[in-house]
Amino acid sequence: MEWMVTAKEPGKTFLMQGNEAIVRGALEAGIRFAAAYPGSPSSEILTMLGHVAEEMDLHAEWSTNENCAFQACMGASMGKIRSLCVVKQNGLLTMGDALHTAALSGCWGGVVLLVADDPNAHSSTNEFDSRHQARAAGIPLLEPATFQEAKDMIVYAFELSEKLQQVVMVRSVTRICHGRGNVTLGELPSQPSQPKPIGEWDKLIAINWFHDLLWAKLDQAQAAFEDSSFNWYTGPEQPELLIITSGTGWLYSVEAVDTLKLDDRVGILKLGTTWPLPERLLLKYLEKSPRVLVVEEVDPFLEHNVASIIGHNPGLNIQLYGRHKKSALPQSFELNPDVVINALASVMNVTYQAPQTGEVPAEAVVTIPNRDLTFCAGCPHRASFFLLKQTLRIHEGNGVVMGDIGCYTMGGNRAGHFLLQSIGCMGAGINMGEGLGQLSRFGFGQPVVALAGDSTFFHSCLPGLVNARYHDSNMLFVILDNSATAMTGFQPHPGIPVNCMGKPANAVSIEKVVEGIGCPVAVADPYDIEATTQLVYDLIKKPGMKVLILRQPCATLAVRSKGRRKVWVDPELCRGDECGCGRFCSKTWGCPGNIWNYQTGKAQIDEVVCIGCGVCASLCPAGAIKVEGGQA
Amino acid sequence: MSMQLSKDPLNVIICGVGGQGNILASELLASALVEKGYFTTVGETYGASQRGGSVMSHVRISARKQYSALIPRGEAHIIIGFEPIETLRVAREYGNSNTKVVFDPRPNYPLAVLIGEAVYPEIEAIATELRYLCGSVQILEATRLAQEAGNAQAANILLMGALTAMPEIPLQAEDYSQVLSQRFKGDVYALNQEVFDLGYRQLAV
Repeated sequence: MEWMVTAKEPGKTFLMQGNEAIVRGALEAGIRFAAAYPGSPSSEILTMLGHVAEEMDLHAEWSTNENCAFQACMGASMGKIRSLCVVKQNGLLTMGDALHTAALSGCWGGVVLLVADDPNAHSSTNEFDSRHQARAAGIPLLEPATFQEAKDMIVYAFELSEKLQQVVMVRSVTRICHGRGNVTLGELPSQPSQPKPIGEWDKLIAINWFHDLLWAKLDQAQAAFEDSSFNWYTGPEQPELLIITSGTGWLYSVEAVDTLKLDDRVGILKLGTTWPLPERLLLKYLEKSPRVLVVEEVDPFLEHNVASIIGHNPGLNIQLYGRHKKSALPQSFELNPDVVINALASVMNVTYQAPQTGEVPAEAVVTIPNRDLTFCAGCPHRASFFLLKQTLRIHEGNGVVMGDIGCYTMGGNRAGHFLLQSIGCMGAGINMGEGLGQLSRFGFGQPVVALAGDSTFFHSCLPGLVNARYHDSNMLFVILDNSATAMTGFQPHPGIPVNCMGKPANAVSIEKVVEGIGCPVAVADPYDIEATTQLVYDLIKKPGMKVLILRQPCATLAVRSKGRRKVWVDPELCRGDECGCGRFCSKTWGCPGNIWNYQTGKAQIDEVVCIGCGVCASLCPAGAIKVEGGQA
Repeated sequence: MSMQLSKDPLNVIICGVGGQGNILASELLASALVEKGYFTTVGETYGASQRGGSVMSHVRISARKQYSALIPRGEAHIIIGFEPIETLRVAREYGNSNTKVVFDPRPNYPLAVLIGEAVYPEIEAIATELRYLCGSVQILEATRLAQEAGNAQAANILLMGALTAMPEIPLQAEDYSQVLSQRFKGDVYALNQEVFDLGYRQLAV
């Protein structure tokens, strides 16, 4: 809520989403520059900063990719103003080289890198633990445990960044970003900071001469972390077991100790500063406890770093438990209170029984159908995958489709007829397609098709497209252009004429970029199944590198601007199971708006779900599906 | 007024399918609770849920401290279901023999059912299993009532009316209405207020 993040009511407590708390923290720190590329669970942060950009007099941008975003922040830092870069864990890897070099040069105006990890990969393809990158690059790392800390740590991270002249990383996770809780506001700055001139000999140069300086900055951070108010201990003077925990692990640990009534036997050391570790503070508690359990998301990062401290202090004799080799906690996936309660019960040798449901007699147990993710009602990707399936699997027989990251990744499952045969990172489709397409010279005869969305195209497909054109790979590159970064919530990208601050932008034409590279390019409407199927068929018959743009706006967005058209089934025309279509509209087409009425034995439109695209009407062999105002 | 709760933390799960508006509903509920001075945590499990997946919000209310965003297994005191099979899925994992369940009987058919690979269970069978699992089970035709009131999409607010009427929830109808009036204006506010009251009356004792 914009009014909440800009409220001038210090001391007032609101329910805030973790991402809102992060925005509020950045505004309290007085940022004037923010850059990001959308990625769940972080996307709401820059969306909100874009909405308040005018009011708070700051620049916010959805950069073309994370590498652009982070280096733009480093550039703004040269003007000695504060900048926030926001990425998800995959995006952090996209900007890996930039981060490692920036750690050598350091920064001037504060640069905070907010990384939103996704333990369990709720909306990701992996649950990579970004904390390794902070340690590898040699920059300080903070981990908020609550919504309040998410706000407060951003403010502190900017102070630390300017004190050290170093980038500071704050690592959040889905349960903070997409959770909500009480947050008490601090003060907003009264005046925006102003850029300062850069002198002739002021330079930000990343070379290895500064490697020792990088270590010295870490030592300085460590000294500050020894007394940090983000670290504290609760529990008995001499605990039988010490829990060391960071991030969301802290509240799970507190709940586990409460639930098992172990508060007089188990102590908890909660750490908010997790790289470099405050070694003196840790030693104070390690010396008191013969056994230690480390509770953290996702990898045993803290655990290994605590093990290193134990290894360097030969007087300590400690049994360490955690996620390493599953000694107490699972090695993969997200933690939750149950996992931590059970781990603590097992380490402390006490029993735990969760409250039980009533017993259900075997005959009363219902079989619950799975709920697969699928394309939304009216989604143009459903039409695109249907016509690709028609061309590549039915007419042509053996086409290979290389996937990428976006809503269309779901084309790898039932929603897209299981058509994708590779799913990698952003930009993987065009690059892998280029390689496979080269094999035609060795007699590989299957058509090669690579997919990318419009936002992905700009993010990471341009070098791949140049590569494929230059080496004239034998492939078809299909750009599924739905005019938005749809998966993460419809953020604008360089093809959209309005930016995240609501200001006009110089939209870049995808077809002009492709033409400029020299590739033949065609543009078609995926809703026009018949004509576009024929076009795909013709294109894959041609040798060399070809590009096809399938353009139709995201249906969920279109319905917001254009409203719904009414679609219905004429029961007189629908022939039911007599038709021979095999319930095409519900079974094959698979749009959530097309349902089967078991009472009448006829097709039906779910009017609550249908958005009125009308594509099913063009495919019904009996012409039984009717659209308000005629066909699609 | 005493802040004390019948259970502390009080654990409520609001579940359904992407697009039904249960994240908004739980956010409004939690805002009203924070306004009253409670520590409230909402954990939202949705992932790529705009694409028709299951969506679940855990709301944890305490007069004493901030809880984590996830409710332990078997610890839900109240489950509000926007969709029948999602209600059952959640009740099996998070319900116990005292849990109170209120659910909308209108199915949202998953892809497996649409393509004929799986069969959607009878609503009565779902209710029967829920009655074995949990303490009390009430069916509330929220989508139908909201549709009659003018917009099926407002079923979420109707169910929040029903939840607010439950004695465990430390809110008066006005508390939620205040949040509604902050968030919506004009006709949208009027419709939401109407369906909220409708839901409230269904469960008010």
